[in-house]
Amino acid sequence: MIDWAVFSVAAAAVLAGALGVVFSTNPVHAALMLVMTLFGVAVLFVAQAAHFLAAVQVIVYAGAIVVLFLFVIMLLGIDKAENLRAEPLRGQRPLAFLAGLGVLTAVLMLARGAWVSGAPSQVATLSGPGSNVTKLANALFGRYLLAFEVTSVLLVIAVVGAVVLTGQEPAAEPTEPEAKSTEPGAKLTEPGAVEVTS
Amino acid sequence: MSVPGAWYLALAAVVFAIGAIGLLVRRNVLVMFMCIELMLNAVNLTFVTYARMLDDVGGQALVFFVLVVAAAEVVVGLGIIVSIFRRRSGATADDLSMLKG
Repeated sequence: MIDWAVFSVAAAAVLAGALGVVFSTNPVHAALMLVMTLFGVAVLFVAQAAHFLAAVQVIVYAGAIVVLFLFVIMLLGIDKAENLRAEPLRGQRPLAFLAGLGVLTAVLMLARGAWVSGAPSQVATLSGPGSNVTKLANALFGRYLLAFEVTSVLLVIAVVGAVVLTGQEPAAEPTEPEAKSTEPGAKLTEPGAVEVTS
Repeated sequence: MSVPGAWYLALAAVVFAIGAIGLLVRRNVLVMFMCIELMLNAVNLTFVTYARMLDDVGGQALVFFVLVVAAAEVVVGLGIIVSIFRRRSGATADDLSMLKG
């Protein structure tokens, strides 16, 4: 009984947040709606005994990724309301809805026969004595140790890539005087004068 | 017994479809990125549900790796967005036609 109550509330939060992300005109509101969805998913993780992943979900997603989104929104100054009515490509929106509904029906039809198939407990059992964190750590640092080490390389590459991408370019070389002249320098001084709606 | 896993899987499918529709419909690049995060979360929920239904830790370990890859993806993607929109105004994907021949 209490499980169904928890699932209903969390599922309602997840769905409302997802719809809010898609249909909110302001990017800041969309980011806050995304937080609601992430918390709902974290609650569903707890309901399925994935305690460590619920904590990581809140810390990494809601604590780091959404803050990064908000940081970029504020940095670029694009927190303007977007006109959702404008449709530059004729017929693109109904086709998009049709494609999304097609994906949904395809997935649900695939699952109609059996929701789950496959051999249970291939890596290690999830139920039984011991905490969730211990079992996950045994899997990560045992069977998946190589993949775990590779993720550290991936994170280092991501950090280097972010620094390279967003770093200031060095001053123009004297051999290429025309390279800088094409940049719209006047526009850079007015970050607030952006136009979001077309 | 708790809620059957089929409910979680159906919910994840619906969230994935909402994220896909948002990715196709919206034109703001940052909101499109958030829709990608929605789809990633739907798949994460599916993995955790399968981990419970099959009584296997592997699903949860995979969600851990998905989280790491999502973090790296967001860092690089937002870096690209910042470097593009620092030199031009507007944030809609329609404005990005620099590679058009």
